[in-house]
Amino acid sequence: MKIVPEKVEMSRQAPKVRVTNFNEVALGYSEEEAQQEAKRCLQCKKAPCIEACPVEIDIPSFIARIIEKDYQGAIRKIKEKNLLPAMCGRVCPQEGLCEKACTLAKKYEPVAIGRLERFAADWELQKGNPERSPLPPHTGKRVAIIGSGPAGLSCAGDLARLGHKVTIFEALHKPGGVLVYGIPEFRLPKAIVRWEIEYIRSLGVEVKTGYVIGKIYTLDELFSQGYNAIFIGIGAGLPKFMDIPGENLNGVYSANEFLTRTNLMKAYLFPDYDTPIKIGKRVAVVGGGNVAMDASRTALRLGAKRVFNIYRRSRKEMPARVEEVQNAKDEGVKFNFLTNPVRILGNSKGWVTGIESIRMELGEPDESGRQRPVPIKGSEFTIGVDVVVMAIGAGANPLLPSATPDLKLNKWGYIIADETTGQTSKDGVWAGGDIVSGAATVISAMASGRSSARAIHQYLMESHKSG
Amino acid sequence: MYKILNKQDLAPNIEEFLISCPEIARKAQPGQFVVVRIDERGERIPLTIADYDRDKGTITIVVQEAGKTTCRLARLNLGDTLSDVIGPLGIPTHMENIGTIVCAGGGVGIAPVYPVARGFRQFGNRVISIIGARTKELVIWENKINSVSDEFYITTDDGSYGRKGFLSDELQRIVEGGGEIGLVFAVGPTLMMRAVCEVTRPYKLRTIVSLNPIMVDATGMCGACRVSVGGKTKFVCVNGPDFDGHQVDFDQLLSRQRIYLEEEKKALQSYDSACEHGKLK
Repeated sequence: MKIVPEKVEMSRQAPKVRVTNFNEVALGYSEEEAQQEAKRCLQCKKAPCIEACPVEIDIPSFIARIIEKDYQGAIRKIKEKNLLPAMCGRVCPQEGLCEKACTLAKKYEPVAIGRLERFAADWELQKGNPERSPLPPHTGKRVAIIGSGPAGLSCAGDLARLGHKVTIFEALHKPGGVLVYGIPEFRLPKAIVRWEIEYIRSLGVEVKTGYVIGKIYTLDELFSQGYNAIFIGIGAGLPKFMDIPGENLNGVYSANEFLTRTNLMKAYLFPDYDTPIKIGKRVAVVGGGNVAMDASRTALRLGAKRVFNIYRRSRKEMPARVEEVQNAKDEGVKFNFLTNPVRILGNSKGWVTGIESIRMELGEPDESGRQRPVPIKGSEFTIGVDVVVMAIGAGANPLLPSATPDLKLNKWGYIIADETTGQTSKDGVWAGGDIVSGAATVISAMASGRSSARAIHQYLMESHKSG
Repeated sequence: MYKILNKQDLAPNIEEFLISCPEIARKAQPGQFVVVRIDERGERIPLTIADYDRDKGTITIVVQEAGKTTCRLARLNLGDTLSDVIGPLGIPTHMENIGTIVCAGGGVGIAPVYPVARGFRQFGNRVISIIGARTKELVIWENKINSVSDEFYITTDDGSYGRKGFLSDELQRIVEGGGEIGLVFAVGPTLMMRAVCEVTRPYKLRTIVSLNPIMVDATGMCGACRVSVGGKTKFVCVNGPDFDGHQVDFDQLLSRQRIYLEEEKKALQSYDSACEHGKLK
């Protein structure tokens, strides 16, 4: 068999066009393209990609089914391990996981596993009426899941497929967590999120929106309502600020607020939708992660003339996916690497007028192993901007933990949970995703939701025997 | 969906709604608020829980028409529904037996002062209530608040009812009059709360204010409601809404409350013209 060294390209909206709309940038494979790409897979007997996948999808098998044009078989194979494939095919950092481990990647470009996963999922979406294997009889056990992001959804789906009655409590008015408030439409269309949540619902999972657990009910009150176990997947939702002067000026947003207004509340459709957002002419986005890229690209689409990304390390250290950085660059985001804001400037009316930063150089490695950026004395400079978005990470939201005193937290406020099972210090309570690990990825949150589901199932069945 | 069980016009552009939400009613405490979203296109706005009935499963909110969302709310009627009512949010007002407490509610803050005054009274405090409005017809809930107060005062800016002047002037008279006052609680327009704090500051009289900044999620996730208290940034939705008024940076709060003035005007104009053309109900 002749090896094709490069991935089949996926078509995308041209940069000049896509910055004028919120539609999805990457358009997906056609059947023919998927066929071509699938045939690049070597079908390794001992497949390293499976091991590298946090949810252990049988990748060679689903790709083999694509080659056979058995698309139903392909999606069935994926869903054995992953109930949210249309989302994961889009936002999972495959380049650091399955595709990094791909045998081809030693010499050539890896198989485009993510794009193939997306192809199979989109095939089912277009067909409609997703296949669902029959559910086992109800075990008589009820599980409450706090948070409807990736961790909660995957935990809920797995438990439902094991015959438990699952209720998800979501604080916002729409389910999906970061998938709806954080990740923009142009990267993950909300119709896709809705579709996959609908599938989870079709497994018998009940989703209650607008329930802020810790306020409306404590965990103990949920137990007394008859829930036998609880999984907490509330994410790391507390926005971080830099603690520099001027951060409370009008026009300074946390990335969470900037993205929530745009994505969840659809401020880009204002005034047809009621939620407004300040549209900057010149916007600075501080941070080097995927959220910073999302915010930068959102600012452009809202109508900003110039968007400046400010990051204190160099491009090499950026935590954002290479693809997202490239997308942002192609769309015209101007990058200022090795630059750190020192203060935000404002006018007498309290509005942002600029951001003053200092140039940095890389020094000795820090605890993360990355070279520590150190300021270059006297190198301060100012960029004139009218909106600033702080995308420097998120911390643990204390709302639920503070209402649950017997839930042990680490010094940063994250919930302490067993690494493999997610079990917490409180009886009958598991936790997973960002509220345990700190800000991470959709797929790692899903993986922890899955492993907690296994542990919760075991717990429920044992207590079933003894009870 | 949350059903409107009753609606009452309290004053020009001020309406009271009785809403069915049994779970929130069971949990609500004085000082807490809900986030309301009218429908799919609606924004999320925080509104203080002005009253609650645990047995009947209802909460009461009082809405003053200001922007598009509050105007749309005002057009809703008995039997209509709200897409979302989320709560109870915020930390309840801290209740204890202090002795004598002044509860001050101005303008749209008159209704929210009611459950707080009632709560303090139930804790055995002597409650002096002051409510203030621009003019007589905007004085609302007079009997309700009077019924939970040991002393009760009304002020109007134009003198059309009660004493002429600001609520803070009445407070000044009470404070100057001596008598042991342990705490002042104030809720209402930001300028009024600032004025209250300026009255009590020289006396080092502990003053709690219930802040009402712009919010989006109201669960600590977005930071829109951040305000500087004692030089530290706090999120009103989860760290408040009650704060030590002498520590609050009111200028910053006032400025942050004006962020969307332009957009609000635009939204209201397009809404009004749509209404005139009969495109909206």
